[in-house]
Amino acid sequence: MRPRARLCSVIAGTAALALAAAACGGGDGGSGGGDGVVRASWGDPQHPLEPANTNEVQGGKVLDMIFRGLKRYDPESGEAEDAMAESIETDDQRHFTVTIEDGWTFQDGTPVTAESYVDAWNYGAHVDNAQVASYFFQFIEGYDEVHPTEEGQRPTADTLSGLEVKDDRTFEVTLSEPFSLWPETLGYAAYAPLPRAFFDDHEGWLAKPVGNGPYKIDSYRQSQGMTLSRYADYAGPDRPRNNGVELRVYTDNNTAYTDLQAGNLDVIDDVPAGQLANAENDLGDRYINQPAGIIQTLSFPLYDRGWRGEEGRKLRQGLSMAIDREQITSRIFHDTRTPAGDFTSPVLGDNGGFDRGLCGDVCSYDPDRAKDLIDEAGGLPGGSVTITSNVDTGSHRQWMDAVCNSVNNALDQRDACTVNPVPTFADFRNRVAGHEMNGMFRTGWQMDYPLIQNFLQPLYYTDASSNDSGYSSGEFDDLIDRANAQGDEGEAIDTFKDAERVLVHDMPAVPLWYQNGTAGFSERVSDVRLNPFSVPVFTDIKVG
Amino acid sequence: MSDATSAPPPMEAEEENAAKGLTAGTSSPDKDAPRGLWSDAWHDLRRNPIFVVSALLIVFLVVIALWPSLIATRDPQRCDLARSLQGPSAGHWFGFDTQGCDVYTRTVYGARASIAVGLCATVGVALVGAVVGGLAGFFGGFWDTLLSRLTDVFFGIPVVLGAIVFLSMISLSGIWPVVLVIAALSWPQVARIARGAVMTAKQHDYVQAARALGAGNARLLLRHIMPNAVAPVIVMATIMLGTFIALEATLSYLGVGLRPPTVSWGVDISAASDGMQFRNAPHILLYPAAALSLTVLAFIMLGDAVRDAIDPKLR
Amino acid sequence: MGRYVIRRLVQMVPVFLGATFLIFVMVYAIGDPVSGLFGDRGPDPATAQALREEFDLDEPLPLQYVLYMGKIFTGDFGTAFNGQPVTQLMEHAFPISFRLMLVALVLEVVLGIALGVITGLRRGRSLDTSVLVATLVVIAVPTFVLGTTVQYVLGVKLGWIDPAVSPDPRLDELLVPGLILSLVSLAYVTRLTRTSVAENTRADYIRTAHAKGLPRRRVTVRHLLRNSLIPVVTYLGADVGNLMAGAIVTERIFNIQGVGYQLFQGILRQNSPTVVGFVVVLVLIFLLANLLVDVLYAVLDPRIRYV
Repeated sequence: MRPRARLCSVIAGTAALALAAAACGGGDGGSGGGDGVVRASWGDPQHPLEPANTNEVQGGKVLDMIFRGLKRYDPESGEAEDAMAESIETDDQRHFTVTIEDGWTFQDGTPVTAESYVDAWNYGAHVDNAQVASYFFQFIEGYDEVHPTEEGQRPTADTLSGLEVKDDRTFEVTLSEPFSLWPETLGYAAYAPLPRAFFDDHEGWLAKPVGNGPYKIDSYRQSQGMTLSRYADYAGPDRPRNNGVELRVYTDNNTAYTDLQAGNLDVIDDVPAGQLANAENDLGDRYINQPAGIIQTLSFPLYDRGWRGEEGRKLRQGLSMAIDREQITSRIFHDTRTPAGDFTSPVLGDNGGFDRGLCGDVCSYDPDRAKDLIDEAGGLPGGSVTITSNVDTGSHRQWMDAVCNSVNNALDQRDACTVNPVPTFADFRNRVAGHEMNGMFRTGWQMDYPLIQNFLQPLYYTDASSNDSGYSSGEFDDLIDRANAQGDEGEAIDTFKDAERVLVHDMPAVPLWYQNGTAGFSERVSDVRLNPFSVPVFTDIKVG
Repeated sequence: MSDATSAPPPMEAEEENAAKGLTAGTSSPDKDAPRGLWSDAWHDLRRNPIFVVSALLIVFLVVIALWPSLIATRDPQRCDLARSLQGPSAGHWFGFDTQGCDVYTRTVYGARASIAVGLCATVGVALVGAVVGGLAGFFGGFWDTLLSRLTDVFFGIPVVLGAIVFLSMISLSGIWPVVLVIAALSWPQVARIARGAVMTAKQHDYVQAARALGAGNARLLLRHIMPNAVAPVIVMATIMLGTFIALEATLSYLGVGLRPPTVSWGVDISAASDGMQFRNAPHILLYPAAALSLTVLAFIMLGDAVRDAIDPKLR
Repeated sequence: MGRYVIRRLVQMVPVFLGATFLIFVMVYAIGDPVSGLFGDRGPDPATAQALREEFDLDEPLPLQYVLYMGKIFTGDFGTAFNGQPVTQLMEHAFPISFRLMLVALVLEVVLGIALGVITGLRRGRSLDTSVLVATLVVIAVPTFVLGTTVQYVLGVKLGWIDPAVSPDPRLDELLVPGLILSLVSLAYVTRLTRTSVAENTRADYIRTAHAKGLPRRRVTVRHLLRNSLIPVVTYLGADVGNLMAGAIVTERIFNIQGVGYQLFQGILRQNSPTVVGFVVVLVLIFLLANLLVDVLYAVLDPRIRYV
């Protein structure tokens, strides 16, 4: 047995444990220091690192570094700006001509062409490739043929009929319906171009992905870490200001936080919940707490008799007014959440449709009014209500308890509200998707792109993919359709806000709070900030 | 460590005890004794101050568990977030937890579920483990193979998996599902220990002698082997009691344990440690943990005393 | 003895099959894992279906099991949802957990037995009381709290250790994590040893040995300890698997991607290839450790014989 030789030293060591520990400390923790490389925390991506197969932050973090698509969201304003796109033109909000800039190459030396995009999108859309983010391509004509909606149906086409390569630098996109803001969605990683190597040697590509972004991957050890260095031939403007990034996988973000404190790590995103109270003390101005495109809501099972009708509406509004958002965001979340006053997110900005006052009184704490409303509706269905959520990730338990206590105190009733924890996320999602809820349940939304449309349509449009409450309103659907067809961006946003007002009246879900992105960084680095997706902007970070 | 070299083994106090017992003969402890093993044990126990103290402590804990309102007048469900993590103050000696609940009230009310879960699960584990392990060790051969391999299969189930599966399927409320799951997943360890202990005890001369004298299996097991083999099981059980109370918290943390409004020490301890809350407000961890320690201490002392009382080598 | 060992090895086959089937059914019983892969978004039925096909989840349970076992015998343990082969996960996790377990086990044996013997010989003395208090602390304070506190003090305040171990940690890096991991077991080992020793000091053969005028040390080690070790050894044998599979908290604190962590992740993500694969290997380790313990019985107590 290999470790036998070490055994003696261990036995000897136990006698003087502290001494031994002292002698062993400081071994190789400092690797990567001093050479201009940023050491950052990472989590194991949940899916293989394909652009259209990534729907969470950890995979997104890497894709953001190694890919550049047609558009990029400005880290500060969140606005979609041209990256590889030279122009995207349309006359009817349905047919778009995309021209890409010249001179871009993948990190294996091959040029990025119109075909790189079309092939990548066709791959991402096709049902056989089982990409979890393939719904991004649903707007493109021919999506139903490559990706049938029903289980068991076979695709009738191999490629999207709405994509056509004109020449090396131009391709045409036809959408199935007008969608004025469609070009603004193109900053998402799913729309990234892919090199031939992705299709020719898929296994090899997955082991070490190759993109066209500011960084290239030097080494990748799955579930342990990744090292990236600057891509010398990167054609975009946001060239890295450091020599590279070392991503280290942490099994727990508390450990990453401790490692940051010990000086073994430069950047952590997502400060652990329990350290929020200390972060300002521990890190001072090296603690970042800024808005991100995430909103947390509590949805109602509108398919359940007890929550329907005018009475149900009063109940929902009453419960919304029984939640003391101010106190919970400050005491439980230490101001890393902000009480929500609409169904969107502050990162959209006032021009993008964010309006904190839109919900008004209904989203403000008013225990007396809450009690009256619920009494008017004849009390809670069955006398009490539950809050259901998975509890395996994200410290959900604490705010659930706090919300229930708030409701109980407002209604002056001991067990009016109880929490109903579900052990695994998949189990929770199964129950939600299977319409098995009978009380409130947690619904969170992390935007795909910073557009008001993304906060409304996928969640509340009749039969939309994430319409978990089963909400259906002809008025709301009409307004969304009208907004999508509008050519003028300002008018479109106003119409979206009209649709949002319908939600305030109907309350299919209660807005709780806007979630911030949090991060901390070491004294070794500067210029650290998060983009609206709460991912650190690595290209900006300076070392030393 | 200075007294380590000077003290002669074994300790004087025990020497004295043992000397008294020596005359009774050690090969067949209860043979000539005027009273039976168990009444003997009871006689000894009553005179053991450790037993008296631990018994009083346990009685106190049980009374609190049954009637928490005797010493706590507030409602454990009444929480005011505005007082979140406030330290101890007049009228609220233990301070407030994250949710702004009174820690003293919750600690008192937590006794019921915690002690019930700990005690029931421990008794269950000890019984199942001792029976399965005892039979395997005593009979050996085919029975040993069957029971031991069954134990092995159960050993293989990860606690988290077993707990999630069983507890999401059982829709019973209250403490019983939790007790059942803990017992179902923890007995193999006791079974292994009991089997080993019985296998050793079986070899002792007095057991062989009793067998030669025609004692039946039941008599051999209960009167001769068990008193000699029970010590490690008691030790395991007393420590397990504490770990089970803590394990209940792990289950709650996973979303499959006790449901609110049930209050328990385990839930409060895990809430305090979840996300390092204890770093800023140690009091929210200290009090439920101290209550848990006190309970475990009482049972460890009780276990020690009982073991001494029924150990035949003392006679 | 040889025949006994061979028989035990043969018996592993049914246990192995039973345990794997049980685990397989249990993971299956938690429900359909696929919808968890879509984040907070409702799953799209066609993609979900394609994923189910990819992981054989669309087959009936017994067939899934047969397909799975068939693959195992060809060395294919399946793929985790992140596309990583389970064998690759195991290759990485088991050596690390084995090392961690070894460190913890050595600490248990050395510290636990030493403390147990001393407290057993000197019951009621100050050291005995101190050990009792330490035991209570270890039981009542969660490992997470003890672990993170030790990590903070040694790693941040004093700078003696790195808070997180390296991806392929050496044994000395695992000293502190091993100690944290072994704490609860240490409590068991110490108290088991203490009780056995206290009991056996009164046994005839110890008196005889003393009466023969044998040196105290020799009596303690050769006679007393040897006869006191059976429950301890049993416990340690059973603990080997626990130390590997149940080290979730310790592994998370010190960023060790070991068996406990992978197993926990696998369970929460309901990824049966990961869970079953890991448990299969764990069961083998359990079985071997328990076999070793049974063989040790015969060494420690020659009166125990296997036929």
